[in-house]
Amino acid sequence: MKEAICANPLFGITLSIAAYALGQWLYRKTKIAILNPLLVSYLVIIPVLLIFDIPLEWYEEGGDVINLFLAPATAVLAITVYQQRAIIRTHLAAIVAGSLVASVGSLASVWLLCQIFALDTAVVASLLPKSITTPMAIAVSSSLGGIQAITVLAVILTGICGSIIGPVLIKAFRIEDEVVQGLALGASSHAVGTSKALELGEVQGALSSVSLVSCGIVTVVLSLFLV
Amino acid sequence: MSTLKQVATIFGICLLGEVVSAILPFPFPAAIAAMLLLLAALATGIVKMEAVDGAGSFLLKNMAFFFIPAGVAVIEHFETIGAIWLPVLALIVISTAIVFLLSAATVVLVLKLEKRRKAR
Repeated sequence: MKEAICANPLFGITLSIAAYALGQWLYRKTKIAILNPLLVSYLVIIPVLLIFDIPLEWYEEGGDVINLFLAPATAVLAITVYQQRAIIRTHLAAIVAGSLVASVGSLASVWLLCQIFALDTAVVASLLPKSITTPMAIAVSSSLGGIQAITVLAVILTGICGSIIGPVLIKAFRIEDEVVQGLALGASSHAVGTSKALELGEVQGALSSVSLVSCGIVTVVLSLFLV
Repeated sequence: MSTLKQVATIFGICLLGEVVSAILPFPFPAAIAAMLLLLAALATGIVKMEAVDGAGSFLLKNMAFFFIPAGVAVIEHFETIGAIWLPVLALIVISTAIVFLLSAATVVLVLKLEKRRKAR
């Protein structure tokens, strides 16, 4: 009976939607960064699976259906970029330079810290793309031999972290230029950072969304040399 | 364009991305190839915004949702994470700050150089 329900793809899908809806509601009500809907989803689904002793494979019957949309979700990032083409033209140099430095800086700092903490190769590979948006990070992680699930978590935590410390750094270093704020938030904390950037202003939001894609592309290309 | 047609367009581009990824002599993620193809298609007008907008916006707005199963799979890696979660957390905080400051500094520099060039 349990298998009839829980191994059905509809179960995994419904559970995911319910958990995500709960996360969205919580985040909207409290505005607490850590209550990121995606993170809340994990904090709901994983305990449910563990407590009710539901094997991961059963959940993944539904999960695999959702995973089908990963490629399309990645592809439509092109729409964001296309819609911002005017802003991109205006700030092309800043975007390119910023993305290059951010991507190299991210890969280098992550790698260095991994050596300092003596983390093993698969973990390193999982963490290297932490600064770019999830769909691209997963792609890089797989190609480097990383563990996708760890990458997803690292990316989400990076996003949350950046959306919290970004504004702190903005104040501490008195970064008043909207372009700088936006590009830095997108480069360091991708999509979650972009939500924060949008709170700061439209320009910040636009540039943050461009930045997350451009850093993603640069990191993907750079990772080709790391394989 | 109807949502169904938009979904088909997006899926079609993703399939093209798979083809491109397979053809390339180096390993390149198919999803990102698809993204670049769509960007090129929009920029050149081969694909119009109406052909992808509705379904595309839905995917964009709810993007986080589609990554739920990818992260739930972490159940299989509890031991690995249990051993390393503290250094990983530290790593995330430190590197995020570094990336933020590095990119901010770079953009400030570029904007300053551009202003100086325009003033001449």
